[in-house]
Amino acid sequence: MTEPLLKINDLEIVYSQNRKVVHAVNGVSLQLEKGKTLGLVGETGAGKTTIAKAIMRILPDPPARILRGEILFENEDLLKKSESEMGDVRGEKIAMIFQDPMTALNPLMTVGDQILEVIKLHTDCSRQEGMKKAGEMLETVGIPAERYVEYPHQFSGGMKQRVVIAMALACNPELILADEPTTALDVTIQAQVLDLINALKEKYNTAMILITHDLGVVAQTCDEVAVIYAGQIVEYGKKEEIFMHPLHPYTLGLFASLPEMSIGKKRLKPIDGMPPDPTVVAEGCPFRPRCPYAMEKCGQSVENREIAPNHFCRCIWEGRKSE
Amino acid sequence: MQNFSKNKKMQVAGEFLYRLQKSWSSKLGIGLLVLIVLLCLIGPFFSPYGINEIDLSSIYAGPSAKHWLGCDTMGRDMLTRLLYGGRYSLALGLVTALFGAVLGTVIGCIAGYFGGKTEMMLMRIMDVWSALPSLMLCILISAVLGSGFFATVLALSVGNIPNGMRMVRGQILSERTKEYIEAAISINCSKTVVMFQHLLPNVIQPMIVNTTMGIGSAIAMAASLSYIGLGIQPPDPEWGAMLADGKTYVYVYPHLILVPGIAIALVVFGINLLGDGLRDALDPKLRD
Amino acid sequence: MGRYILKRCLWMIIIVISAAIVAFTLMYLMPGDPARLLLGTQATEEYIAAKRHELGIDLPYIIQLKNYLVDTFLHFDLGTSWVFRTPVQKELAVRLPRTLFIGLSGMALNVIIGTLLGIFAAVHEGKWQDSLTMVIAMVFISCPDFFVAMILVLVFSLKLGLLPPYGIDSMQSYILPIISTALAGIAINARQARSSMLEVIRADFVTTARAKGQKEGVIVRRHMFPNAMMPIITGVSGGLAMLIGGSPVIESIFSIPGVGAYLLVGIQQRDQPIVRSCIVFFAIFTSIVMLVMDLAYAVLDPRIKAQYSRKKGGK
Repeated sequence: MTEPLLKINDLEIVYSQNRKVVHAVNGVSLQLEKGKTLGLVGETGAGKTTIAKAIMRILPDPPARILRGEILFENEDLLKKSESEMGDVRGEKIAMIFQDPMTALNPLMTVGDQILEVIKLHTDCSRQEGMKKAGEMLETVGIPAERYVEYPHQFSGGMKQRVVIAMALACNPELILADEPTTALDVTIQAQVLDLINALKEKYNTAMILITHDLGVVAQTCDEVAVIYAGQIVEYGKKEEIFMHPLHPYTLGLFASLPEMSIGKKRLKPIDGMPPDPTVVAEGCPFRPRCPYAMEKCGQSVENREIAPNHFCRCIWEGRKSE
Repeated sequence: MQNFSKNKKMQVAGEFLYRLQKSWSSKLGIGLLVLIVLLCLIGPFFSPYGINEIDLSSIYAGPSAKHWLGCDTMGRDMLTRLLYGGRYSLALGLVTALFGAVLGTVIGCIAGYFGGKTEMMLMRIMDVWSALPSLMLCILISAVLGSGFFATVLALSVGNIPNGMRMVRGQILSERTKEYIEAAISINCSKTVVMFQHLLPNVIQPMIVNTTMGIGSAIAMAASLSYIGLGIQPPDPEWGAMLADGKTYVYVYPHLILVPGIAIALVVFGINLLGDGLRDALDPKLRD
Repeated sequence: MGRYILKRCLWMIIIVISAAIVAFTLMYLMPGDPARLLLGTQATEEYIAAKRHELGIDLPYIIQLKNYLVDTFLHFDLGTSWVFRTPVQKELAVRLPRTLFIGLSGMALNVIIGTLLGIFAAVHEGKWQDSLTMVIAMVFISCPDFFVAMILVLVFSLKLGLLPPYGIDSMQSYILPIISTALAGIAINARQARSSMLEVIRADFVTTARAKGQKEGVIVRRHMFPNAMMPIITGVSGGLAMLIGGSPVIESIFSIPGVGAYLLVGIQQRDQPIVRSCIVFFAIFTSIVMLVMDLAYAVLDPRIKAQYSRKKGGK
């Protein structure tokens, strides 16, 4: 096995506010190889974005605090780097595509200048060269270079997301963190933007962590999948493995709530109940209250177990094998 | 259902109080104000001196055991006058702020809600109104109305209408386009229901903050008016009037202005702290 | 854009004329007969009647108003002071620079120091630097400006003897008036700047800039500050109106013969030409400030600029 590009070990992050402590990420470990795509799947509030922001070290501190764990990027722990060293990582080695393109761009700067900003920061070039490069980046994401001088308010949502993508890719990073890049867009635009991200990722051979709650998107783009529930990875493995043999009841629930036209299911099956209160650390499996297969033993804490090669699951339930 | 909404309301109210008392600044503000109000209400009964009692032997006397805060230009006890005057000043601030708030809200609601021609006309009038700084307007109106408590209240309120009104209107404008208003209209709520049940509650919170702060600025403005010879005049012991009374001798006997000046500053300080705390406690964005 | 400015200027003229009418009407309603005030209690009735005729205040309200408006806005003649018998225009020309100097320098202080303090507090949000700045700001907001002025005089002129307590004999005499007018404004502006900085500090585009690897200082300068400018500008325009509005009080404390003091004299003496002219000046001044602020919005924010141009000068 080659050395992974990114390796996260036992990451734990809390937000503390008003003497309440929100446990956002509870001991997450994962890794990603060069050029591969990992899908982080889970409900809103499961801690997906927090993980991404922790990798970038752009969590607002306070209130967020990284309690323990390490984030190894090219064998260096990002959490140990100084702020100025991080400046050379952000934008150059690791770039981020944000969820809401409406607010991710500075409304008072031309889109071109915003791309130029990241180019100037990480390459040694004159303003002219940088502007030319920024123009090329716009063309790459399918925006005419003449629109360099326009402001964000003159662009539609999908176009803005393209600008954000251009900005993320401008310095040819090793790793892209795409935080629900299509959620805020019209359904008709989503596929376009996703295809664009995919194509560019292939072209530059960039690794990517794709955060989403849409299993369809995962099926289209990812090599590996990590399903996150209440700040923990509950199931983790190759996409094919997970899609063909989902093991964790939560993953099963996610699949059951998907519309599948081919099978002709009449009704979607939602997962009952609500995500747990993140301010309370419960003993045992956090999914227990909503789990249809819950049993007494679930009250004890569960570790991630390798159930099949490269397929990890945090559940003691074995029933599915006999089904 | 009834029970649920009642509980919810209690919960919101409880949370509001919790957040209000949580910040040290609003605690300090409330404490300061309660203290001052109590002193002004009760204090004069315990004073051995009459409000206009003249002691010729202690004209301009500085603070001493006999007169804790000294005596004024006519030998009257400053502390006694300060406490009496506080009643005037506080009442003046309160009445003015409430009056201005009600007028501002009514006009602002009319403009913001009806929109169209009504709004345009009102806004044009307000444009003219606010072409002059509000203190200047107060000076002019006060000169027309003459001195005295109610004339001053009226002058200050009328001069400050544009402030309150602009705020209410701006608030209504931004709320008016929100979806919950459309939702209310779409389920056929009448105009009055939309106005009073949906729009007004969303406007009222910043209005409360504004009015609270308005008490302070009204007291300060009234003092400015008294100082330049309008508004409430000596021998009424309103704080601004006391300042005006002592201003000629201020550089020889600083306590003549320090006493009422610090009193004004303390009250306004307390009110501003309270207003700040209220703003934070009422801000739904922070509730989470 | 050009049409927008033109339209705004026209509207400004209407506002100034309306303000003049309001000022005239208020003066007309003011109790006390100016003629009797001028001539004293000893004057005979005939004499007073003659004086009333001379001043033109025996005419009906509407005619007086017409005469006044025609004189002021068509002949640009502000009249002669009833009390001092000097042309108001000349007097204003001498007094204007003093008031403007105090007001504008006060505003400059207010913008620069206030904004910097606000940014400083916002960047240190929740830490002691923030609390300290805000508490001091609150203290200065709470002190009436004339009280601050008196304290400054007590300390710097009488105790320390550093600065002259009144008059306009030297440039030093302007220092205390400027500081005492500016202090409250600085404090208000610092609070405004802090809260609008805090609004943008958590904005997504700031996170974007951080994700680009931008340095914190540049983020503050390039991304946060320009976006926080709008409310700051609004605050500044309000502050300037306050500075100018407070000029009667400050000028009377420091015995500065400026427009504010002139207005007060006019009101006390029921000298209508003086009051009306001062009010017209203040109205013009405020309107210009408003216009400049609106244009500043357009220069700073491409969205507002687009709005002005698109509507072909509409409001």
